[in-house]
Amino acid sequence: MSNQTHSISRTSQAARVAGVLGALVLMVLIAAPWWAGRADMRLMGELFLYLALASLWNLMAGYAGLVSVGQQAYVGFGGYMLFALTIFGGLHPLYAIAGAGVLGALIAIPVATLIFRLRGAYFAIGTWVIAEVFRLSFAQISALGGGSGSSLPVGIVRSLASSRSGRESLAYWMALGAAVTAITVVYLLLRSRRGLALTAIRDNELAAGSLGIDIWRTKFVVYVVASGLTAMLGALIFLQKLRISPDAAFSVNDWTAFVIFIVVIGGIGTIEGPIIGTLIFFALRETLADLGTTYLIVLGIVAIVVMLKAPKGVWGFIVERYDMQLFPLRYRVKLNDQAKR
Amino acid sequence: MAPILQLDKLSKAFGAVTVADDLSFGLNSGEALGVIGPNGAGKTTMFNLITGTLAPDSGAILFEGENVTKHSAARRCRAGMARSFQVPQPFSGMSVFENAMVAATQASGLSGQAAEQLCLDVLDQTALLDKANTLAGSLTLLDRKRLELTRALCAKPKLLMLDEIAGGLTESECTSLIQTIKDIHASGVSIIWIEHVVHALVAVVDRLIVIDFGSKIAEGAPKEIMASPEVQEIYLGIEIDA
Repeated sequence: MSNQTHSISRTSQAARVAGVLGALVLMVLIAAPWWAGRADMRLMGELFLYLALASLWNLMAGYAGLVSVGQQAYVGFGGYMLFALTIFGGLHPLYAIAGAGVLGALIAIPVATLIFRLRGAYFAIGTWVIAEVFRLSFAQISALGGGSGSSLPVGIVRSLASSRSGRESLAYWMALGAAVTAITVVYLLLRSRRGLALTAIRDNELAAGSLGIDIWRTKFVVYVVASGLTAMLGALIFLQKLRISPDAAFSVNDWTAFVIFIVVIGGIGTIEGPIIGTLIFFALRETLADLGTTYLIVLGIVAIVVMLKAPKGVWGFIVERYDMQLFPLRYRVKLNDQAKR
Repeated sequence: MAPILQLDKLSKAFGAVTVADDLSFGLNSGEALGVIGPNGAGKTTMFNLITGTLAPDSGAILFEGENVTKHSAARRCRAGMARSFQVPQPFSGMSVFENAMVAATQASGLSGQAAEQLCLDVLDQTALLDKANTLAGSLTLLDRKRLELTRALCAKPKLLMLDEIAGGLTESECTSLIQTIKDIHASGVSIIWIEHVVHALVAVVDRLIVIDFGSKIAEGAPKEIMASPEVQEIYLGIEIDA
């Protein structure tokens, strides 16, 4: 029998190297306020927030099969909760961010029970409709500026840190922390027992159900967790912008279309994909920013070319050729040394 | 012996096409039941009804005395039913070992080393251990069928439901498959096996039922059933000693 001849390993050489490099890069990034300029830090902060948004969207669409085009509902909701909780609730902005996450997860529960009745394309349309309902509802609240929006009072901004550079460093670290948190949550979830269930659902729902996986409940948990974290990100995003309006908060272009682009280009259904996608997206955006509308046309062309040439995205393309992983999620069966003799 | 499974007047129609017609039969605990019938007779549909991937129009399914007609496929699996799919449904992006781990962790509720060890043992039994690290999506059809059996076994079922797993095997592969299923049966697992390779079926099962047009047309000891003129007629073109 196989009893002692085989063993299971969950890590690999590439993953160990990636782990060490990742830790080094993270340390350099944490120190950015001492080596990077103000504009660079702003850009990197934005990049981290997109990375977090993309990782969460990938968890929903790439693993749980929940292709939502309405996550802007939670970005905007989180943003507005930051304003409401700080202005009317008198909360410190940091608590307000956490509060926005909790409230986002809570509101995701009834939304999920409603839209989970829809399948496939209807689900996608349903999520968009929900986001529009959110946008129109917040435009009705005159205390938050109605359709024209409002600004975060100076006193609340000052409560974060007294100096401007202090605030900028804090905002940068929070964005970095958000990205690290989002990726860590996704990684730990996928590495757990529930991660096996999610990956099985990604590949084949019929077989997953027949092997004892409660598909509805698994998807529900993913939707609520991802939406709550997305609401936290929304609060962070609008803490940096300092101004909120319904059109900016619930923008399908900014918070969903670009995020889908990132995930699809990088490689949907992998942890590495959103990281690569975010780097590609920002590289394109920064080099093509001067081109105006042409920039969006270029993005479209890139998306089409990648879908035709590498439908699994850049990371999928690499995996197919080199069978590597940077995050050690897989199980490897190894023949023990004794047994080889 | 107490029945582990009882089908009570199960009916299902897709529009004008009746795929299960007042279907009733029971399976005793520890028994192995063979199911034969022509293509399109409703054998796989019957499996879909029993495992819960399809809801019946009327009738009831009792598993270990409990009415499970309204239970989801996942719940029935956790209660102890596991099946193989006639058209293999692998988790293509996961390795063979990970496919087995899904069943071991989700269906039998094992974790850690216990789950890993079960998977290794079953993969050894189903001759897939050499391909444990292969992506399921790149397996040949034959190996995909083996994977179906592997996953069903890793679910540690009380009732194992096999849907045409012997087709396309060579003589020696078929012999080893028969032995594997005999071993599983001997360990006390109840089995329902749909199979066109009749000699393999007859070698294992205690009882045979014949399904045609969604209803049971014959039932009894394997040798008697195969010799009956009714079955001979339906099975014209399928050699009994194939």
